Amino acid sequence: MIAAGLLGVLAAVALMVARALRGPSVFDRLVAANSVGNAAILILALFGFLAGRPEFLDIAITYALLNLIGVFAVLKFVRFGALGAAGEEEEAG
Amino acid sequence: MTLDLLRETAGGILVVAGSFFVLVAAIGINRMPDVFTRLHAASVGDTLGFGLVAIGLMLIAGLTLVTVKLLFLLLFVAFAGPVVTHAIARAALHAGLEPKLGADAAKKGRGSRGRAP
Repeated sequence: MIAAGLLGVLAAVALMVARALRGPSVFDRLVAANSVGNAAILILALFGFLAGRPEFLDIAITYALLNLIGVFAVLKFVRFGALGAAGEEEEAG
Repeated sequence: MTLDLLRETAGGILVVAGSFFVLVAAIGINRMPDVFTRLHAASVGDTLGFGLVAIGLMLIAGLTLVTVKLLFLLLFVAFAGPVVTHAIARAALHAGLEPKLGADAAKKGRGSRGRAP
């Protein structure tokens, strides 16, 4: 059962990567990347259960945090053109 | 049928159902016509799909530390999902992308903010 779930999530990742390659704007790619991150968390949890090592859940929690920060970092870069270090000016718009 | 076997089977069914919804969300992300509709499709997988898989895994694991970690993971993803959706939608609107409206709404002349001109 867990193996069937794992195969389903892997097929979903393939479809999301297809959208990430196709998407005409950067926001389409961000939607796909965020969803790939969530699917990666699922794959980590499911594979941890399959292999009998539930320590993979720690990696999944860490990656959930990193995924959240990563999406916000890309959004900030798209809007301001820089990641906003101290002393840099913001570009207009 | 022992209770353990029942619990593990129920967990397995929930895991398969959850991965089915993640697949549905991926098909939606691929086939929807616009950024904003794709966000809707993505949120299905991120909340319903993830939630079902997490609850199924919690049932399979039983009452151990693994279940508590899964609960934290589920709570975090449930709170982070809407925040990311809002951030991407707001950034897309700010960048000038307008949602593709249907024929009726386009006839009435409503803009992307939903207000009459």
